[in-house]
Amino acid sequence: MNRRDFIRYLGAAGSGAILVPIGLSGCAVAPTGDKSISRATAAPGPARLAYGSPRARPHADGDGAPRMVVVFLRGAVDGLNVVVPHGDPEYYRARPTIAVARPGQPDGAIDLTGYFGLHPALHPLMPYWEGGQLAFVHASGSPDASRSHFEAQDYMETGTPGRHNTRDGWMNRLMGYLPPSESPLQALSLGDATPRILSGGNVVANLQTGRAAARPGLIDQPRVMQAFAPLYGGDDPIARAYRDGIAARKELMAEINSQEQQAANNGAPLPNGLALDTARLGRLMRSDPRIRLSFLAVGGWDTHINQGNGAGQLSNRLAPLANGLATLARELGPAFNDTVIVVVSEFGRTFRENGNGGTDHGHGNAMWLLGGNLRGGKIYGQWPGLDQANLNEGRDLAVTTDFRAVLSSLAERHMRIRDRELEKIFPQFAPGTRAMLDLLI
Amino acid sequence: MRLARIPFAARLAALALLTCAAAANAAETPAGAPLSERERALHVLDRLAYGPRPGDLEQVEKMGARRYVEQQLHPERITLPPDLQARLAALPALQMTPSQLFVEYGPPSIDRSASKEEKQAARQRAGRELTPQFHQARLLQATESPRQLEEVMTEFWANHFNVFEGKEWVRYWVGDYEKNAIRPHALGSFRELLGAVAHHPAMLYYLDNWLSSGAGTPGARGRFKGLNENYARELMELHTLGVDGGYQQADVVALARILSGWTIDVDAMKAGAAPFAFNARRHDDAPKVFLGQALAARGDQEGEAALDILASQPATARFISTQLAQYFVADQPDPALVRQLSQKFLATRGDIRAVLQTLFDSRQFWARANYQSQFKTPYQFVVSSLRATATPVLNPRPVNGALAQFGMPLYGWLTPEGYKYSQEAWLNPDALLRRINFAGGLASGKSPIARAEGEAPPSNADARATDPRQLLGTLGPAIGANAAATIQAAPANLQAGLILGSPDFMKR
Repeated sequence: MNRRDFIRYLGAAGSGAILVPIGLSGCAVAPTGDKSISRATAAPGPARLAYGSPRARPHADGDGAPRMVVVFLRGAVDGLNVVVPHGDPEYYRARPTIAVARPGQPDGAIDLTGYFGLHPALHPLMPYWEGGQLAFVHASGSPDASRSHFEAQDYMETGTPGRHNTRDGWMNRLMGYLPPSESPLQALSLGDATPRILSGGNVVANLQTGRAAARPGLIDQPRVMQAFAPLYGGDDPIARAYRDGIAARKELMAEINSQEQQAANNGAPLPNGLALDTARLGRLMRSDPRIRLSFLAVGGWDTHINQGNGAGQLSNRLAPLANGLATLARELGPAFNDTVIVVVSEFGRTFRENGNGGTDHGHGNAMWLLGGNLRGGKIYGQWPGLDQANLNEGRDLAVTTDFRAVLSSLAERHMRIRDRELEKIFPQFAPGTRAMLDLLI
Repeated sequence: MRLARIPFAARLAALALLTCAAAANAAETPAGAPLSERERALHVLDRLAYGPRPGDLEQVEKMGARRYVEQQLHPERITLPPDLQARLAALPALQMTPSQLFVEYGPPSIDRSASKEEKQAARQRAGRELTPQFHQARLLQATESPRQLEEVMTEFWANHFNVFEGKEWVRYWVGDYEKNAIRPHALGSFRELLGAVAHHPAMLYYLDNWLSSGAGTPGARGRFKGLNENYARELMELHTLGVDGGYQQADVVALARILSGWTIDVDAMKAGAAPFAFNARRHDDAPKVFLGQALAARGDQEGEAALDILASQPATARFISTQLAQYFVADQPDPALVRQLSQKFLATRGDIRAVLQTLFDSRQFWARANYQSQFKTPYQFVVSSLRATATPVLNPRPVNGALAQFGMPLYGWLTPEGYKYSQEAWLNPDALLRRINFAGGLASGKSPIARAEGEAPPSNADARATDPRQLLGTLGPAIGANAAATIQAAPANLQAGLILGSPDFMKR
């Protein structure tokens, strides 16, 4: 029995149970029922299962190859205010001004499981939770303790926590194990510089963000392109980048312009901000099945001051993000069933608010997962609790699920990467010690 | 998808040209050969300056690259052209103190009762009136100042000690920060530079230290209630020791406590005093242990002592030396060079000029392997194009627009680590094509950069397109013989754009 079959078997045998990864070294099957996750659950009456339970539903058929979109929230988003443990009074004690209020109160959390709730600015994502297509892995993150944004991002992008000298990113390595493709668009990154996660030996296309991405430039004129071609005929990285750029640009420009033209003809206004980019990405992926991986980053989560609670600064950033993700899911159309969208951030923030109404650099966080065939409506992971003794270094949510456990589960079960290839993608994360998560139906 | 389909005849012609050029260039330079005088001149203009302006190459070749280096290390000995001085003096925002800027442009910010709309209006006004002046000052000096190394080092340190102009109050102060905290120390003492940055309101505000108070101190109230670790952490990780510099979380907290009470006094600014203040009532005056050293309670002198310690650590010397070697020599610098620079840094107590002198004297700096080998950052690419074409920056907005499109707007990096300088960060397919588009626009002679805002573009007849022959002369060996031959065989009206958009011009 290979790992994939084993997991499927486990999933079937333990129906009504949750597969809970414990630390980095194994799995346990937790019983369902009324077992409360935190000793301090405040909800009156019998406490409901804090993790939620996925609704049984059949596998939906997508129309193509599996795809993966990674959204990186740079700056360390406060996961405790994203997936809010509103059932734990410790949460409200530690955050007198920035806690998201309990469900039902003004700007309160949207209840998910009776213990956890969603930040109210994320309400555009609720239909996906209710449809079983949105899940979170709470208390997840890197085993490395670094509180440096740059170091922690680097580790998460190279997939090798604690190791500085990894030259390529894990998405680029993963790309190397997808079925061979002649397409210049197999992986697409949105933005201006090549992100670490996609840098490496395999060719990646870049698409500028914002309205400028669709604007034709001088280089789109055939006579100009023709004049430049011999200058870039060499075999050095600059010449290769040019030729990859021309090949990708021709396809992207044609596709974007025809789609945006069509939208304009239908009288549909283009969305703004992040949603403009995610709408474009969704349509591109829907119409070009050769785009298997894509990446975008959203910044501005480093909330040391005036973070706000259900309203305020963090809320003002979460709202467009939710809108952007919902737009992406919608515009993917049928390809949504082939896609998993993963939202990650380098680390979480301190459990207690600081003196300036903000939070400092912490540890555990929540990963977000969105996709047509996710076993959603559920919060994965093992909840370490918020009592002083359970906090990491007495100040942050502990990490109980290694981010690589989530990513390698998706790489294996969704992207169909083989075991021995997974070891190349996440080299220090050996299969024997890997805890796989049963994230997909 | 395949490459651009090029008509057979054109391909044949290009092939023929390449062959001719290769033949002309038959005497290829051996890999280890020393640089020629002309190559040395180009090399110093590309590394100590933002590339040659017309005539620069001849001038440096004549005086000798070594003398150029010597001159650049002493910017005070180089006279600024009166015209440049006059244009800088004509930027009123650049003559105002941080307090004046704040009072003049930020009343709703000072008055905490100001409405959201008033604050918004003030923000917009500052963006409209101050920002273009600060951008103009930077671009004027980068393109026209003969003190080019001072410009390069100002950019280097402004990036090392990055602040983001989009973070509310930073917008008022970013010009003064560069002019008075960074530029005067760009070739001076690292400790003094570090101190100037630590006291400047742009940094105190950007990394939140102005809000930080020792826990339980008498002044810790309201928004100044608690300790904020942000600046303390970045001061060690990014400004001095580096992430591997051997400090612990306990040192972050200790340094935050040491720096508690280092703040901005908004009321004092209203009265015309400088914004920096040490507020003893918010300072944690219990004794601390920082990096293994016990610090007695001495008010703001603890902070000075901590800066002394940080500036003299071997880890700091190594970190700064690595960054300098990456900027001036290679993305992966020779460890021996880094060691040599670190030793000089420690021996001279962080004398930046002395460290640079060692760097420019090193064999690694002059090695052929490191000549024309670095991929220009967007900023280096844009400024070197403006210099090569002698384009006067009459409107900074389209310059910054282009920089933003390439991912490197002025003072526009949100997070404190600043922009990267490596090829890996900047070389990507789409960005390269955007550079080519910019090159074509600049060479056409109709670029909006070269006319004041609102002025009509010149007619086709009046547009003075860049003369490709002159441009090739300006750039000399930067454009290799093969590329030059290919370009000269292309349609005349495309040639200047081809030069600026060539792979050769992407390198320095």
